[in-house]
Amino acid sequence: MRMRPRILALHGGLLALLLAGHFLLPVYHHGNMARIMVLASYAIGYNIVFGYTGLLSLGHALFFAAGMYGMGLSVQHLGTGPGTGLLIGVVAGAAISTAVGLLALRTTGVAFMIVTLMFAQAGYLSVLYFGEWTRGDEGFIIARASRVLWGIDLADAGNRYLAALVLFSAALLGSLWLVRAPFGRSLIAIRENEARTMMLGYDTFRLKLAALTISGTISGTAGAAYALLFGYAGASFATVEYSILPLLWVLLGGAGTVLGPFIGTLFMFYLIDLSSGVTTAYMLIAGVTLVLLTLFAPQGLMGEIRRRFWSWLP
Amino acid sequence: MSLLTVRGLSRDYDGVHAVRNVDLNIETGEVRALIGPNGAGKTTLVGMIAGRITPSAGRVEFDGRDITHLPAHKRTLLGMAYTFQITSVFARLPVAENVALAARRHMPCAEVPAAVHAALERVGLTDSNARAGDLSYGHQRLLEIAMGVVQAPRLLILDEPTQGLSEGEIEGFKALVRDLAEQTTILLIEHNMDVVMALADRVTVLSAGDVLMSGTPDEVRADPGVQAAYLGAP
Repeated sequence: MRMRPRILALHGGLLALLLAGHFLLPVYHHGNMARIMVLASYAIGYNIVFGYTGLLSLGHALFFAAGMYGMGLSVQHLGTGPGTGLLIGVVAGAAISTAVGLLALRTTGVAFMIVTLMFAQAGYLSVLYFGEWTRGDEGFIIARASRVLWGIDLADAGNRYLAALVLFSAALLGSLWLVRAPFGRSLIAIRENEARTMMLGYDTFRLKLAALTISGTISGTAGAAYALLFGYAGASFATVEYSILPLLWVLLGGAGTVLGPFIGTLFMFYLIDLSSGVTTAYMLIAGVTLVLLTLFAPQGLMGEIRRRFWSWLP
Repeated sequence: MSLLTVRGLSRDYDGVHAVRNVDLNIETGEVRALIGPNGAGKTTLVGMIAGRITPSAGRVEFDGRDITHLPAHKRTLLGMAYTFQITSVFARLPVAENVALAARRHMPCAEVPAAVHAALERVGLTDSNARAGDLSYGHQRLLEIAMGVVQAPRLLILDEPTQGLSEGEIEGFKALVRDLAEQTTILLIEHNMDVVMALADRVTVLSAGDVLMSGTPDEVRADPGVQAAYLGAP
């Protein structure tokens, strides 16, 4: 499998641009971009399952929160270092997504949406139920001392931006490699026609489980990184809203495109940011824009670019 | 020797016998046609052979091995390729990727591009970059067959492959099957009697879920029972 130069140039170019942003962006946007890169990594994880495998999950907040609390609770209550905490967060995302997959993937379509939604709600309610440790809705701050990873203080804005860029680069390049590899191609085949894929000799249950586990692991890693970089873990990240958001980001940016999750996250973040500067009814502006996009670019921004100009876009 | 042996295979749907106690032997290298009126149970029988439908009773053996409880995807890996009755290509993917998806489970990745090229050449499709959904109906059927051929199957199951093809395309299809039959055993479910008579070594006639008879094309054509059930009065 040969990586075509223009694909490498486009995706590498974005990463180079983001690195340049570290030196050039004003403080406010610099901070925003760090957050966007972490959330876009979450969206990249979501896109593996939704955009490439064609499974509509409404429960990804569970995996994001598993990473966030896996990291946060272990440094807060078990006294582990941030490195171990991060690892626990990643493992939590992987383990919970595998367990959910084993059960939820026995269903398809609407039933799959409902089952994943219910698992995520159970996770959210568990966070509230164990409020003594999780501090429920209020959440908890992770002490600055627990955010120094390998001698790098991640509470520092510059370090934080670069750490977010490392995470985002890994997620972006990893997903780019994945969807062009035979494994990713078989996921696309499942999305297009699962019955046919099975008759070509593919074990579609195992492939879907692998996709969900990879997706949940990336989501959990993003959640753990969020706790580490922004020093906070709270139940709001386990709510259904955080399952819907990656769906919206991916839809807006272009489901089943490698760059779509980032473009969608960036677009939505600044849409809300800018419109809230204009009016208090900023959700109205955001809503109208979303409706217009859905009407005129139903495949999302990158999906539309692929359809019109760059059919080679992965 | 028998490549495929079916013993007492049955399938009920809520008390209705779609297929009843069917026995079938397909020898290595033969072209076997399966015919019968609509609703005779042809697609149900083939679905059970390919593993898409679970039988109510009976067993299926492939190359001496009991595969009755083997899931469809594992049967494919044993060398059984199935082309769908209703064309079921990956419409939004390129032609070459459709065939490559079929090839990847059967060979190392490095060999896939050459095998894809060879399979497309064999069925006579030239535009490998076109979207499969943009092909004409006849060409989509050829793509289906290419997806079967690239697997180099030991048993190729073709479910009503000439349905919806033009006269000219059917002639091309006959030549293709004759060519394929030199390397692989073929089970052909077919409505078009000209195609059956031209290609099959043996014909099995199914009627209302039962095997009415098996024989050479000439024997089947001459049988009064078959004429009454299927071919119509002479």
